[in-house]
Amino acid sequence: MNTLRVYVEGVGLWSPQLADFAAFTSLLAGSMPTLPATRPGAATLPPNERRRAPESVLLAAEVAGQAITMSGRDPATLACVFASAHGDQPITDYMCATLAQAPAELSPIRFHNSVHNAAVGYWTIATGCLAPSTAVAAQRFSFGAGLLEAVSQVLAEQQPVLLTCSDTAGTQPLLEVTGCSQPFGCALVLVPGASAASLARLDLTLTPRLICTELAEPLAGWREANASAAALPLLTLLARGHGRCQLDAAATLGLQIDMGSIA
Amino acid sequence: MPALMTPLAITAYTATSAIGHGLAAQLDALRHERSGLRPNDFSSAPLDCWVGRVDGVEDASLPAALAAWECRNNRLTWLGLNQDGFLDRVHAARERYGAGRIALLLGTSTASIGATEEAYRRLDPDGGFADDMLRPAIHAPHSLVGFAAAALGLEGPCLTISTACSSSAKVFASAERMIRLGLVDAAVVGGVDTLCDSVLFGFNALELVSSVPCRPFDAARNGISIGEAAGFALLERADVAPAAPQLLGYGEASDAHHMSTPHPDGLGAELALRDALARAGLDAAQVDYINLHGTASLKNDEVEAALVSRSFPARTRASSTKGFTGHTLGAAGIVEATIALQAIEHGLIPGNLGGSTPDPICGEQFAWHNEQQRVDVALSNSFGFGGNNACLAFARAGFAA
Repeated sequence: MNTLRVYVEGVGLWSPQLADFAAFTSLLAGSMPTLPATRPGAATLPPNERRRAPESVLLAAEVAGQAITMSGRDPATLACVFASAHGDQPITDYMCATLAQAPAELSPIRFHNSVHNAAVGYWTIATGCLAPSTAVAAQRFSFGAGLLEAVSQVLAEQQPVLLTCSDTAGTQPLLEVTGCSQPFGCALVLVPGASAASLARLDLTLTPRLICTELAEPLAGWREANASAAALPLLTLLARGHGRCQLDAAATLGLQIDMGSIA
Repeated sequence: MPALMTPLAITAYTATSAIGHGLAAQLDALRHERSGLRPNDFSSAPLDCWVGRVDGVEDASLPAALAAWECRNNRLTWLGLNQDGFLDRVHAARERYGAGRIALLLGTSTASIGATEEAYRRLDPDGGFADDMLRPAIHAPHSLVGFAAAALGLEGPCLTISTACSSSAKVFASAERMIRLGLVDAAVVGGVDTLCDSVLFGFNALELVSSVPCRPFDAARNGISIGEAAGFALLERADVAPAAPQLLGYGEASDAHHMSTPHPDGLGAELALRDALARAGLDAAQVDYINLHGTASLKNDEVEAALVSRSFPARTRASSTKGFTGHTLGAAGIVEATIALQAIEHGLIPGNLGGSTPDPICGEQFAWHNEQQRVDVALSNSFGFGGNNACLAFARAGFAA
């Protein structure tokens, strides 16, 4: 199996405990970062859209904006891969509850916000991005499978790609089947070659073995509370600056990732 | 400009929609200009519209080993996989390459949301899901692909692409990239969407659903008819199947304009078209047939007709086949890809069913009724909410651009 080599130029991260990747790095170093605002700021969206957009869109736009800012790239030119295990659970809950009681009263805005590509749609509109954009899902493997899709776009097209993976929290009764009780989102700007903006080099190898890297405290349990937090082993590597991790990319497919320093 | 693409062989394909189970039924309906639309007999509450409902989904029960995946969308998936010997072709490819060397990339707009709707219609007295609905895998967007991976025994890359109505066109692009990079040797692509209250009442709320059978590109068109479908294709390197039709190219682009209406100048649609032609090494004049997105919404058809007029000579034939199948949403890309492939195989340009009073914006390219002619190159357009555009280019075996 050949190795897939890409470079990371930007990292975004948001959860109710962590405002950004710097906060995550300081958490790993043992300090207690300042808590973020209760809703993701999503400064990239114009104020009108920010007011109207559901939380799932704000979360994806927040982490995407952080990663883009770190990379210094123009978001209008970047292909986008937006992953989410469950899409917008509050909208799914609203739609199913309304359809069960008064289907003719369904809100048109909530319906068009219910598509899985709503977040990437808002993002491309806000940034004037005409590049290819996609929205993907793979249950609890959404981050690994989304990363594989993003990396294959980076290498096959020799172009930078913005990857996000995010899920907001669900409420009952949907929560019982999604198990998603905490918001979590992250983003990476991935590019085909090294540059002055490179933060890390990643070598990815597909493997049939499924041995997902364990998470130590304080992160243990985060993956159970949010499928997108499956990214944490890779984010930990990026924070520490070296090492190897393994993620699941499908029910029967692993992704081994070796992080190298920038030569 | 994208690099010229090495064509891929399409070694098997199939489609199941309102015009029938499998390719022979589809071809027969196209040949006889027979629509599969019927008055809505599906939604849980009355809604005055027409739908493209697939007969027999209710009877297509899943094998016992797959019973945990039971729901209407997965029943349609299973029904679709069992047409045209497609299952056998995938099994043979699995023997040849190994289960881990075949990607599974399927598009869907709503997956099995219909099952989640049902769970909400019959919640337990305590407000929770009934015991038989406590199956997490069917209440997630990945339900279709998770089920198909289990049904096909595939162990390679496995991804749901959900970009609304362009979903099952974009899977061809992802597959080509993975094969080109050597991650896999083959890919099963396709898509499935089933009728459900979410899309019927959702599009109705947007005032995009017609109360009569949809009339793509007709001057009096007033909205879509929603349909359901399952379709699949097997992609392999061209050298293993030199006699098979080919995927010559694909294009993808975003409108950056609006969540639910297309760019007024068709900006993203045109970028996707140019990208597909460049990747395929084609001039527009070499295109024999375009299967249009042609939803029968006012805006889509206006923008797409203008794009056809300014991009193609009169000899290029164009039509929407939504009047046959209805708009099958996330499955539209694959269903219309199979119609484009049948156009090549059988020399049939399907007529633009439902367009009895052509909108004057439509150019000479439009085939309002069936035409019989050799087709070497066929395109398929698919555009989705969020301004998500895709265009696919197919060709006869041995075609050299």
